[in-house]
Formats: sequence, C-alpha cells, structure tokens
Amino acid sequence: MAARRVSSLISRSLAASARSRLLLSHGKSSAWERSIGRFSTAVLHEEPITPPVEVKYTKLLINGEFVDSASGKTFPTLDPRTEEVIAHVAEADAEDVNRAVFAARKAFDEGPWPRMTAYERARIILRFADLVEKHSDELAALETWDNGKPYEQAAKDELPLFVRLFHYYAGWADKIHGLTVPGDGPYHMQVLHEPIGVAGQIIPWNFPLIMFAWKVGPALACGNTIVLKTAEQTPLTALYVAKLFQEAGLPPGVLNVVSGFGPTAGAALASHMDVDKIAFTGSTATGKIVNGLAANSNLKPVTLELGGKSPFIVFEDADVDEAVELAHGALFFNQGQCCCAGSRTFVHEKVYDEFVEKAKARALRRTVGDPFNKDVEQGPQIDTEQFEKVLRYIRYGIESHAKLECGGDRIGSKGYFIQPTVFSDVKDDMVIAQEEIFGPVQSILKFRDHDDVIRRANNTRYGLAAGIFTKSLDTANTVTRALRAGTVWVNCFDVFDAAIPFGGYKMSGIGREKGVYSLHNYLEVKAVVTPLKNPAWL
Amino acid sequence: MAGQKANGSSESVEIPEIKFTKLFINGGFVDAISGKTFETIDPRNGQVIARVAEGDEDDVDLAVEAAREAFDHGPWPRMSGQERAKIMMKYADLVEENAEEVAALDALDAGKLFALVKAGDIPGSVAQLRYYAGAADKIHGEVLKTSQGFQGYTLREPVGVVGHIIPWNFPSTFFFWKVAPALAAGCTMVVKPAEQTPLSALYSAHLAKMAGIPDGVINVVTGFGPTAGAAVASHMQIDKVSFTGSTEIGRTILKAAAESNLKHVSLELGGKSPLIIFDDADVDVAAPLALTGILFNKGEICVASSRVLVQEGIYDELVKKLIELAKSWVVGDPFDPKAQQGPQVDKNQFEKVLSYIEHGKREGATLLAGGKPLGKKGYYIEPTIFADVTDNMLIAKDEIFGPVLSLMKFKTIDEAIARANCTRYGLAAGVLTKDINTANTMSRSIRAGTVWINCYFAFELDAPFGGYKMSGFGKDSGMEGLYK
Repeated sequence: MAARRVSSLISRSLAASARSRLLLSHGKSSAWERSIGRFSTAVLHEEPITPPVEVKYTKLLINGEFVDSASGKTFPTLDPRTEEVIAHVAEADAEDVNRAVFAARKAFDEGPWPRMTAYERARIILRFADLVEKHSDELAALETWDNGKPYEQAAKDELPLFVRLFHYYAGWADKIHGLTVPGDGPYHMQVLHEPIGVAGQIIPWNFPLIMFAWKVGPALACGNTIVLKTAEQTPLTALYVAKLFQEAGLPPGVLNVVSGFGPTAGAALASHMDVDKIAFTGSTATGKIVNGLAANSNLKPVTLELGGKSPFIVFEDADVDEAVELAHGALFFNQGQCCCAGSRTFVHEKVYDEFVEKAKARALRRTVGDPFNKDVEQGPQIDTEQFEKVLRYIRYGIESHAKLECGGDRIGSKGYFIQPTVFSDVKDDMVIAQEEIFGPVQSILKFRDHDDVIRRANNTRYGLAAGIFTKSLDTANTVTRALRAGTVWVNCFDVFDAAIPFGGYKMSGIGREKGVYSLHNYLEVKAVVTPLKNPAWL
Repeated sequence: MAGQKANGSSESVEIPEIKFTKLFINGGFVDAISGKTFETIDPRNGQVIARVAEGDEDDVDLAVEAAREAFDHGPWPRMSGQERAKIMMKYADLVEENAEEVAALDALDAGKLFALVKAGDIPGSVAQLRYYAGAADKIHGEVLKTSQGFQGYTLREPVGVVGHIIPWNFPSTFFFWKVAPALAAGCTMVVKPAEQTPLSALYSAHLAKMAGIPDGVINVVTGFGPTAGAAVASHMQIDKVSFTGSTEIGRTILKAAAESNLKHVSLELGGKSPLIIFDDADVDVAAPLALTGILFNKGEICVASSRVLVQEGIYDELVKKLIELAKSWVVGDPFDPKAQQGPQVDKNQFEKVLSYIEHGKREGATLLAGGKPLGKKGYYIEPTIFADVTDNMLIAKDEIFGPVLSLMKFKTIDEAIARANCTRYGLAAGVLTKDINTANTMSRSIRAGTVWINCYFAFELDAPFGGYKMSGFGKDSGMEGLYK
C-alpha cells in the first residue's frame, strides 16, 4: 500500500492555485504568457513557515551515547528554503569513525545482539517501528526542514514506507536459512548463513530516512552491527530515529551514527580495517572512490547504489494524458533528486507533438514553494552546489540548441528554488541527455521504432531503472527484457515495494537492496563439512 | 508405588468464567441449527465445565458457506501480505494480553499444567502468529528458465477454504499452528476443535474478531468427529483439510477426502518415537530427559519418547535413576504449581491407558514403577515404567498416549537403528551421545520427521514438523508449513 501511495503522489495532479502566497513558475493564462514569454519573473513573497519540530539531537551516537566529536568541531546544516542554519551538528572525522567502529566491533564480537534469538531481534525492530509511527509527524517535519521535500510527501508516503520497511525486515530475522547439500562422498555438508559483522553504511541526502531504512533494516535483521555515516546536508533525522532504536531496546554499540563529510568520515569508514562490509548510496564518482578505498584497505565487500539516466519510453499506443502525468512525476518527483529519475523521456513520433505540448503545460502548472505548504509539489534543491550544477546543465541545454519549452531559471533570490524546466528536441549526444542532472529538468527525445529506442535507451553507462508506457503485451514483454536496467516499471513509475530488489546494471551500481536480496549483502557463507560413517543414504 | 498425589489446591488460580460456548460462524456466535449442546468435562473430577453448542453437518455447511464467500469475494485474500500481517500482529498481541485466561481454559479443559501452558503453549502460539505474520509478504514464486521461447513463472496462490481438525492435547498450540500459516497465505477456514477441548478455540475466535480478522475468514464449529469432523473431511467446497490426531482417524479423513472432491490433505498422526541412549551419555542428563519425554503433558503428546532404548553399558545405572525420579514425580491438580503431571484428558483415554498397562503386565514386561490409577476422582494415572519390553509386545507397537514408558536394552548401534525403525510410525526420535560419528549416523539412519540430538521436544518456529510413514505427511511450522 505504501508503494502504491508513492506512485499515486507522482501521478496526482494538483490544481494550480492563483493565490499570491504560492510561488508559481508562470501565470496560467495565455495572456500572461504572451506578455512575459516563457520565462518567469515571479518573486518569492511568502514568509517561510516555521517547522513544527525542535532539533533535539545533534551529536554523534557512539556506543549508546550522544557525544561531541573528538576534535570538538561542528558543522552547520542549512534550511534550503532560506540558506539559514537549522543547527550545528557534531562533525566526525577519522578518530570518531575509529571509536564508532570500535564500539560496533565490540558489540558484534562480545555483545548480546548477535547472540540473541532472531525472534528477540525481530521484537526490538518491531518496537522501533511502532515508536517511529508514534513520532511520525515530527520526523516528517524534520526531514522536510533539512531536505526541502514537500511535507505531505514525507508525512503521507515516506514515513509510512519507512515503518513498512522495518516491519518487512523484522519478518526476515527468524527465517534466514542456510542449506544442506548432498555430497559426492560420505560427508554431511551444511551451508550456514552468518552475519557478516560490522557494516559501514554511507547514505545520501535525497531520501535520508528511506535510505536509512534500506541500509539499517537488513543489516540488523541479519544480526550485524553498524556504523552509519549520514550525508552532511541531512544529518538530523538519522540521529532522531537512532535514539528511538535505543528506546526500543537496541543494545549500545549496535547502531552508531556519525555525521560528517565524505572525504573525512566517509573515507575513514570505507578504508577501515575493522569494518567487514561497506554499503554506499550516492554519486557514481564517489562510488568509485569508495570501491577503491575498500579494495586498498581490507578488501571488504562493497554494495553501491549510484547514479542513473533512466529512460522513460512512451510508445505510440500510449494514452498521452496518462503518459504525460507519469513521465512528469518520474522526472520531477523529489525536486528531480532521484537516482532513478526518468530523465530521458523518449516519445514515439506519432504522439510526440501532443506529448510535448501537454508536458510543457503540466510543468507550467507545477507548484513550487515552501515545502511546508500543503499545496506545494516542489520545494528547493538541497544546497548551493546542487543548485548551481542544475542551472549549469540548463545552460548547456540551451547552448546545445535543445528547445527550452518552459522554465530555465531560478526562482526568487533566496533559497535553492528552480523553475520546472522542460527541454524538447533533445538529441542523444547532448550533455543534458547523457549526464545526470539531479534536478527539475525534463529532456524529451523523439523516436521512430522499437529497435531504435531500445538501442538508444541502453546507450548509456548507467542502468538503474526504466519506465515503459504501452498497452501492448508484446511490446511490454520485449522491451522489458531488452533494457539493461535494474528496475523496469511498466505503466507505472517509482513503485518502491519492500519486497522488490532495487539496484543498478553497469555503472549504476553493484548489488541489490530491498527484498530477500538485501539480506545477501549482510551475510557471510560458511560451509561446514563432517564425515559420515555408514550413512543410510547419500 | 510411583508418583505422589499433590494435595495442593487450585484456589490460588482463578478459574475463568466460560464466556464463549456457541459456534463462531461468519463473525458471530450462534447456536447449532439443531439446538443441541454437549458437555465438556473437567478431567480432575469428571464434572461438567460447560455445555457447548454441538455443530453437525448443517452447521459445517453454514461455516463453509461463510468461508467460501470470504475467500471468493471477501477482502482477506485480496489484501497484500503486509496488510494481513498487520492484523495478524494485532491478533498475536491480543492473545498475549489474554494469555492467562486462554491458558486457564486449556488447563481446565484438557488437564494440562496451568503454569506450563501459560509459560509455554500460549507464548508459543503468539510466536507462531508473529512468525507467519512476518512471512505473509515473503511468499515467493520463481521466474523460470524456459527453453522454448516462452516466459514462465510460478505464483504461489492461497489454496482456498481450509478445514482444520485439531486434537485435544494442545488445544491452543494446534489452533494457532494451523490457523496462522493459513491466514498468512490468504486462505479462509473452518476449524473443528476436539470435542474434549472446545473452549479455548471459541475464545481465540473472539480474539480474532477483535483483532480485525474479517467475518468468515475464521469459523469455529465445535462438535464430534463422526458428525462435524466427517462433514469437514467430505465437504465438496473445502479445498484442503489439515488434520492432527490419531492414525486411525487420519485414515478415515484421507478416505473421505478421496471419496468427496479429492481435496488436499495433510496429516499429523501418532508416533512411537524412540529415545536412544548410548553408553557415553551422562546418566544425570539422560534420566530426567527420558522421563520428561514420556511424562510431559501426561504422555499425551504425539512425539512422546514412548520407547527408550538404552545401551547395555549404561542400562542398570539409568534404570535406577529413572525409577527414583518416577517415584518422586508429583501427580496432581493442574492448577497446583507443585504438580508435574495432571489427569488424562477424559474417561476414554484413561481407560485405554490402563488397559495397555494391563496388556503390558500380561505380556510379561517387568513393571518397575507405577501401573495403577491414582486417587478416586478424575483420570489420574501413576507414572509407569516397563522394562524388558520386546519389539513384538503390544505396548512396544501401539501408541498408548499416556504416562507409560517401555524400556529396552541394546548392544550395538546397528541394533539400535534396526529396532528404532521397527515401527509403522516415524514422527520423531531422540539420540543421546557425545560421539560425533554416532550422532551423524543415527540422524541419517532413523526414519523419522524430526531427530533430536542431545535434546528432546525442541520445537522451533522455523523448523518444519511432520512424520514419516504412518505418522503422516505434510509439515506444520516453518516456511514449509506455509507452503502446504
């Protein structure tokens, strides 16, 4: 049900409001358009809404205690609506990571967690899920404040999904099976699946809580201990939920949370000799670094969830209105800050013109503003770096002569708001068709036949996801199998179900998260062999 | 001669008020269509606890109709596994909250030790519900590797309307062993509890409703085997019947299923499980284990270690210890915390057990302890030990289902294997040894569904349970319990 809700959020059309409180990228009427042209000059009028939550936890969580960093340093986390400081958070570096790993190591090697029954571990995880549910509103508000995503999205979709994920993983805890296998000779052979040990986890800023769930859930369900490094842009919610985990009875040292930066804390974790596994979600460029650090230290196994340039393919038999809405959500959801965003919208030439017209109109109707405002679909980008990067890509798009249908500029003078932007007549060799923009910039490309679009869709180093929009069973079956992507959504998009694995082909990553597959990331395999004397059968 | 009668009273534990005595059909408690009721008896004294609605074929029809409708059109199979799981978790919480009352009902109805039911049976039932709730969203099929240019995959779908016929020895445990996986899979069901122990099933049905299980998903028809049970086994609208009970009735059920609509069947039947004690076992561990193996739940357990095979080197010492323990075993009121063994469940079982004891004496087995009923009221029997039992004696072949241990001596491991397997049953077995090779060999040589090494009665949520040979087929518990 949580899965359906996310996709319905995307396909939900909000009626644009003419209220001046709302920040509109353009006026609605054609008269307005005629006078102003394609570009908006709207200005941010409203006062930012005060978030209904207090920041309570800003220190590092190590061995069950909230502590300052060894250096005493802190760093600010900013409100992307206003660029103002929300709070100062303890900044971890190598020494703190060391302490956290030490705690996690001890908790694994000697502590109660791996030695509890799986049933007891499941009970603790379930108790945690209940506590999160109780504090759901506060957490959603904190998430919105730190990240800029619409509060309605955080509260109605992401928090329930978070709770759902932990229920799912708790259910696996007492069902982790090994194998017995027949031997070639008189041997009793068992294959045990054991917890791997101390898991280092590095999560991004685009879905702080959901990414926490995808990592922490399976690792704990398998009986491991964790050192989690949050993104420096969004350190707050992980600390809050980690505290709830403690309240739920998680022993100290099992989950340690360090806030800090990649090159210091992240690198320290990826190259630590006492960390048994590293799991990273973020950019492909950083993923390469993490992979290298893991290899050069203790060869710890690595899972990577990286970038994408996922194709969204609209076939000639598609219902254009539905396709436009789905394609819109596929790109613009979460301010375009989704690794699996449908960022290359391929449209069959038969329906291309209609599609572009409607896609443009839909983008013009997209409401941008204070994410705490219920009617807003799009909040600010996460920070200045991302903000400038997106604007740069828009410039490249214009310079490469893609047709700018609407948007193209920032909104207002404070905060990281960008107009929903649509380019059409995009060609495969343009930078905006090849590189991951991670912002509200839709690129529409035309295609003529199926083999052609399959080839073009696969012509990328990425392979995270894809969307196909068609009524034809044969088209769906053929294209699904032809696309080299870790998730193919047919007539839907962004359906994130706890049971279904997610991850990338090619440079979009290594390994899968969610579903039974996520467990494999956190288990080691041990074969146990004993001779049999006079076996009754082999 | 053996056992002591406890003089403690049951005054410290509150005997619950019997709140539910009617059939539970389609979400409501109703009288039997015929208006008939039957008595459920307190085995401590032979008195009537309550009169319960007596369902027969017509009532089973109504229940099946409700279950059929709930399956074909109702919400339960159409919910996601996750949604079913949520309701099942609520159900588990409710059973946990009402543990004392449910435990008291079983203790009263079946003569089971209250303290053990409260500390064991009920938490075990709660855990089963939680285990299967956690499994509801993890029922995977497979995408197949086809060779002819087709795409193919398997889906695991709920089987439909299930009939559960459950026994009286662990009323709540079996209720939940059967109901929980069926619920997780999205099935609907009709439960026919044993006529000796109808009370906790009806209470659990009430809790199901409170938890939000939709009407018609669980229906409970109390009544007798030849009427209500037979109706379930031969119903044309029931897709599967799951039975736990005697081998003899299991046969009847299988026949009825075949002769009606060939419904799927799973049977969990009797046993004559061997406990094999090798020379290197520790006597102080082996003796109590062997005795508990037969006296637990007054011997009314399908996996009771009713044949104890002892290697000659340790035999004399073990037997001495066994007799000592048996003589000090406390038999008494199941609500008395000092009691270690309650009464047999009813007059029928009581007389059957005593008759086997007489057989044993006549056949020439040596009576080492017990052998008589205890007290004047109720169905109490002394812990009884026979030695020098040979494989062809009736007490070595038949399932007695009472506190009667048959001791046998053996020389070699091959002899132990042969004698352990010399039975038409194959439910469980136990092996006590320190030697790794003995353990490995025995575990693979015994034809039984569960082999316990250096332990006994070790039941795990994740471990499938079921028999070889005439102990039945189909598993309960674990993921296999769900897939069936």
